Amino acid sequence: MNLKLAFVAALFTPLCVFAADNEFNLSIKNHRFIPSEIHVPAGQKVKLIIDNQDATPEEFESYELNREKIIAPKSKATIYIGPLKAGNYPFFGEFNSATARGVVVAE
Amino acid sequence: MFGPALIIFRESIEAALVICIVAAATRGVQYRTLWIGFGLIAGIIGSVIIAGLTEVIASMADGSGQELFNASILGIAVIMLAWHQIWMSSHGTELARDAKELGSSIRNGSRELSAVAILVMLTVLREGAESVLFLHGMATSGDSIVNIIAGGTMGLAGGITFGVTLYLGLMRIPMRLFFSVTGTLLILLAAGLAGQMARFLIQADILPPLATPLWDTSALLPTTSALGSTLHVLVGYESNPSGMQILFYGATISSILFFTALVKKHHQKSPTKNI
Repeated sequence: MNLKLAFVAALFTPLCVFAADNEFNLSIKNHRFIPSEIHVPAGQKVKLIIDNQDATPEEFESYELNREKIIAPKSKATIYIGPLKAGNYPFFGEFNSATARGVVVAE
Repeated sequence: MFGPALIIFRESIEAALVICIVAAATRGVQYRTLWIGFGLIAGIIGSVIIAGLTEVIASMADGSGQELFNASILGIAVIMLAWHQIWMSSHGTELARDAKELGSSIRNGSRELSAVAILVMLTVLREGAESVLFLHGMATSGDSIVNIIAGGTMGLAGGITFGVTLYLGLMRIPMRLFFSVTGTLLILLAAGLAGQMARFLIQADILPPLATPLWDTSALLPTTSALGSTLHVLVGYESNPSGMQILFYGATISSILFFTALVKKHHQKSPTKNI
């Protein structure tokens, strides 16, 4: 029951009511993240906007950030991360993991 | 070829796990194969449709549509699993007795089996849509069709082998322990899915993470290791979960146990009322 309630509550929580976010932009081009290293403030919630310019989908994945999201071809996706402790948080594109690699540096 | 095979294997493994545990847990229930098969086919068709709608879904809710979609699917799956488990435990004695006699099956399980069919459908749909997207992406980027089909088939075969092996293993468990084992697996599976649901809601900034992470065992047991990924699939293990995920995990286990106890109590009471 707790879960059901939480779920229903979650569905009805109005979106985008939160104050201005720390926004950071990333692109995917030729199965690579540009830039491949982004510096974000530690201890704060951060909004990543990832622009996939390739004609193929990509899955943004990071065990360290505990995130996973499919990004459709030629489209943008939003992912919230953090608040993070200072440190390095690698991420990769699961569909092209040989080339699509990057790291979030929280400082 | 092995790259795609590995990705498809990883996507299929969770669906295989759900199907095999549910198939084992419903042993002895009439028409269960039919219902599971129905869920499987509906899920495959659904995954193609969802894959086609990816961009539409993704652009909803200010770029967080995918998270909401995944969280909703996981939420329904958790409720179906919970309902199934509560129903099973209240009929457990009956099932264990009946399953011992060859060919006998309990009736009136159809309402409960529709929950199983929905669960199988949603699980296949979620994992399947990602596979379809990935394979379609490969095709558009000019990979050879032979490569794609070979990789996809290998990965899927791996997933099916995993499911069948686990199923056969479960079926060897002595009958007196059988429903306790499958029941425990189902509860942990539900809790793991609830944890994933929380993660999506955090990722979309709908729920606060509470603690990020609550603990970090990535040095001790990384999610990428063989044991870590097996535990991830089986019981929802994560090396650095947020506090909210653990809250969802715990709330799911306690809710299922609470309602199971409630239903059992009710079942024990009702015959005495009649006397």
